[in-house]
Amino acid sequence: MYEGIVQELIDELGRLPGIGPKSAQRIAFHILQTESVDVSRLAELLTQIKERVRFCEICGNVSEEDTCTICRDPRRNAQTICVVEEAKDVVAIERTREFRGLYHVLGGAISPIDGIGPDDLRIKQLLQRLADGTVTEVIIATDPNLEGEATATYLTRMLQQPGLRVTRLASGLPVGGDLEYADEVTLGRAFEGRRVVE
Amino acid sequence: MPLYRDEAVVLRTHKLGEADRIVTMLSRRHGKIRAVAKGVRRTASKFGARLEPFMVADVQLYEGRSLDTVTQAESLASYGAEIATDYAGYTAACAIVETADRLSDADSSVQQYLLLVGALRSLSRHERPPGLILDSYLLRALSIAGWAPSFVDCAVTGAPGPHRAFVVQLGGVVADEVAPPGTPRLDEQTLTLLGALLTGDWVTAEASAEGTRAQAGGVIAAYTQYHLERGLRSLQHVDPAARHDPAQSESGA
Repeated sequence: MYEGIVQELIDELGRLPGIGPKSAQRIAFHILQTESVDVSRLAELLTQIKERVRFCEICGNVSEEDTCTICRDPRRNAQTICVVEEAKDVVAIERTREFRGLYHVLGGAISPIDGIGPDDLRIKQLLQRLADGTVTEVIIATDPNLEGEATATYLTRMLQQPGLRVTRLASGLPVGGDLEYADEVTLGRAFEGRRVVE
Repeated sequence: MPLYRDEAVVLRTHKLGEADRIVTMLSRRHGKIRAVAKGVRRTASKFGARLEPFMVADVQLYEGRSLDTVTQAESLASYGAEIATDYAGYTAACAIVETADRLSDADSSVQQYLLLVGALRSLSRHERPPGLILDSYLLRALSIAGWAPSFVDCAVTGAPGPHRAFVVQLGGVVADEVAPPGTPRLDEQTLTLLGALLTGDWVTAEASAEGTRAQAGGVIAAYTQYHLERGLRSLQHVDPAARHDPAQSESGA
C-alpha cells in the first residue's frame, strides 16, 4: 500500500477494463518516471475526450461533430446499411476497404441474462432510418456468438418489409487456421456457406 | 487433482482481459465450475464455438486457486445455434441458464445437470412452446433443489385438495382455513396446467389456452423469484411469443 496520491492513482487505473492491480502499479510508476510534458498531454486528452467526443446522431458511431465522418461523406452508398454492435466494429470493417455503405451502431447485443433487451439497443433508431425507403439492403454484422446471432434473429423479424433485403455476414473457417481444430458449429457453417469455385 | 475432466453445459460467459473469457458451467460430477478459457475470443481459437452458452462439452480443466483453466474442450451437443434461430426460445433459454446458475453450486446434483440438458435439447428441437419448457423447467429445478410446490393438497396442513388459494410464501395451494386474508384464488385450468408442468404431462400442458399459460407463467415466476431471494433478470425479457402456440392460433382463426 502506497501513500496518498500514488495509491489513489493506482486505484483509479485499476478500475479500467483489463487492468489488474499489478498493471495499475506498473503504469503509475511509468507515469512517475515519464517527462512531465508527456504526462500533461495525456491528462489533457483524458479531460478533452469526454468533452469533445459524442455519438453520431444518425448512426451512433463515435464522433467529434453531431454526425460522424462516414454519415457526412456524400460518396458513401446510402442504400446499404451495415448494422454492428459497437463502434469498434465500424473500424474493423473499414479496415477491409470492402464496404462503401453506411453503418448503424446498436450499442451492444441482446443479452437477457445481463438485463439487456431490445429496448436497450438503438433498434428503434434503425427502423426510423429505414422509414423513407432509401435503404434497400441491411447487412447484419453482429458478432458470430450466441448473443450476436440472437440479435440478428430479432432484427430479421423486425426488418421484414417489402423492398428491403436483409443479409447476414458469412461465417466459417478463419483464414490461417487448421481444419482439424475447427469446432462442429463453425465447420457446419462453412459447409452451409460453401460457394462454387469459378 | 490438478487436472480433471467432466461433461458440462455452458451457462454464461464474461469477457476477461484482451481475448479471454470466464466461463460458468454446470457439470455432471463437479457441480458449478467457473473457469478461464484463454484466447477464446480470437477467431483462430482452438475452442471456437465449443464454449458458447448452451453448448454441452467434454472439458478438461486445470484446477486453480480461485478459477480453473479450460485446457481442452470437445463438443457433445450444440444447442446454441438452433436456439438462437428462434428469439422466443433464446429468451426462454437465457432464463433457464440464469436459474441453473443461481440454483447450483459446487455440490449440485446430477439431476439438475440432466434436467438442464433436457430443457435445452427440447428448446433446440422446437418441440414445444418455449414458455411451457421454461415454466416446466423452473418448477422441476426448484423441486430438485428442495422447494417442490404443492398444487393439490394443502402445503401447510397436508389436507387433501383441491384447494385454490395460492400462497407463494407457504409453498403452493393452501386450505381456506390457513390462507391469509386477501389470498388470490387460482382457477381450475391454471392449477391443472401447473400440475401438468410439474409432472411433465405435456399432453395436458399443450392443450391449455394461452391465457391460462400466461397466468401460470406469472405464478411460477413469482414462486421462483421468492425462493431464489432475488429477481431473475432474464425473466422480464422473455418474449411474449414464448407462450404462443401457432397451432392454437391457426385453429382459432
